[in-house]
Amino acid sequence: MAVATRKRKQGKLMTALMMPLDWLEERSGLVGGVKYFLFRKVPRDTSWWHTLGSATLTAFLVQAGTGVILAMYYKPHPDTAYESIQAITQDLTLGWLIRGMHKWGASVFIILMFLHMARVFLFGAYKYPRELNWIVGVLLLVTGMLEGFTGYLLPWDQTAYWASVVGINLNGTAPFLGPFLAWFLQSGAEIGTDTLSRFYSLHMLLLPGALAGLILLHLYLVVRLGVSSPPWSPEEAGRERPELPSNGRPGLVTPRARVRAK
Amino acid sequence: MAPDEKPHLPGPSLWPVGFAVGIACVLVGLVVSWPVAAVGAALALIFGFLWIRDVTSDVRGEPAAEPQELVEEEPAIVVSGDDDYPTTYSRNKFLELTTLGLGGVITGLVAVPILGFAVLPAFVDQKLDPIDLGPLDNYPEGKWVITTYLANPHQGEVSRHTAFVRYNGEFEQGVPSFTLISNRCVHLGCPVQASGPHSEQVKKIHTDVGEVSLTDVIPAAFSCPCHGGAYDLEGNRTAGPPVRALDRYYFSIKDNRLFLGEAYAVAKVKGEGKDARIKAYTHAGPGQHVDGPEAWLYPIVPSQVST
Repeated sequence: MAVATRKRKQGKLMTALMMPLDWLEERSGLVGGVKYFLFRKVPRDTSWWHTLGSATLTAFLVQAGTGVILAMYYKPHPDTAYESIQAITQDLTLGWLIRGMHKWGASVFIILMFLHMARVFLFGAYKYPRELNWIVGVLLLVTGMLEGFTGYLLPWDQTAYWASVVGINLNGTAPFLGPFLAWFLQSGAEIGTDTLSRFYSLHMLLLPGALAGLILLHLYLVVRLGVSSPPWSPEEAGRERPELPSNGRPGLVTPRARVRAK
Repeated sequence: MAPDEKPHLPGPSLWPVGFAVGIACVLVGLVVSWPVAAVGAALALIFGFLWIRDVTSDVRGEPAAEPQELVEEEPAIVVSGDDDYPTTYSRNKFLELTTLGLGGVITGLVAVPILGFAVLPAFVDQKLDPIDLGPLDNYPEGKWVITTYLANPHQGEVSRHTAFVRYNGEFEQGVPSFTLISNRCVHLGCPVQASGPHSEQVKKIHTDVGEVSLTDVIPAAFSCPCHGGAYDLEGNRTAGPPVRALDRYYFSIKDNRLFLGEAYAVAKVKGEGKDARIKAYTHAGPGQHVDGPEAWLYPIVPSQVST
């Protein structure tokens, strides 16, 4: 008796707790969508190597979060930029921490992108049908490095200024359109007041927007195509593999053991 | 919670429109006059009541006649979409193309000015006025002076530039000769230094473009701290990665004062001082060749199209 009553009570509690989620699900399908995204089938022998992608995503989210807050205190004008960075680092409560996270997190983000890329390359995970996702990944890498380039000028100290002068002029030596690219980046013939706000706008609006869009595309393709097995895996990948053609040669993609078993 | 077959939708009602008008009246009235707000409040109350009555009619057991109409419409859709499909398609196609076309035109109308504003200001209004570098007696014959000045006084200190200035004596009777060399390294734009003893005194004079500083120096060469570019005193490259000689400035003299004009690029200087023979090229960015086959890579540079 007591058990039955407790069970009924628990059932009622669950219903009450699930009510908001049910309400949301009925109107948006979001709960099912999130479940579909999170509880996907992955190969049994995925390893820590497969976490580099989500680590990179985490690094991006840290950059986005800290960057939004830094933008509340940073003043992108040649007369104030350096002082505002000094104030963030030395005067404002916890400013040193958030700026440090953003500064070092930038390197972490770039390094993780390269490690993730190396993992995908060495595992052969860029091969059919995932070539397009490799291309999206390359665009993410380029956009991420542009973030690094535009963010480097913002502290507006001597290192930032002259490194950006050299970086912009390197772009300027590209044939034909290079000089125009340099003038576009500088907003004129030389670095001036508009250069800083231009880099700031690129760094915190245009490029992060592009990154976010590309990340969504990247994740969509990961979900659609499934996670690939390691090359030594006897398991199927997330979805069925195409049959090996009759004259096909087993290799990294189709391990010998599995072919022999057939 | 058991899933319902029917969606929890109230029947269609026009009363919210009246309610919204009432609320708008209240808000306008708060700013304009109290009577308007009162009228608005009355409207909102009346239509709010009617709306609530409408929405709760289900609960209170009054029948709603709407669903029947939907059932009547359905067969009509099926008939029109059955045999006459090709004609329907062409109409669809027309609407699709007009939507895409109009959308494209609107996108273009919005995007072109946006992109123009992003790009054009960097190339328009870039010509600078001549800079007043002060009275001529600050520049003794045969001596180098490091001058710093605001190239664009509107921008303030960020536009402070450095030029190396030497008075070469008179070129002809009454025609003075000056050498004005830019300190921007033509490798990648770092600040070239005058290698030699600097005077400890920095003379500061004020002209109508702000403060100009003058430092006497006895250089043996010009050299760049970034990547080791080195130049002789005419600006010719002697070592390192630079691709041409240091840029120079045109100059003019008015009321016994030296004015620094536009910059020009130099491939190589022949001769020295007032006897130097220089071919002036359009001013180009660092790292860009102005002569030889490599110059074909830069057929048009921004300073040729900027205004």
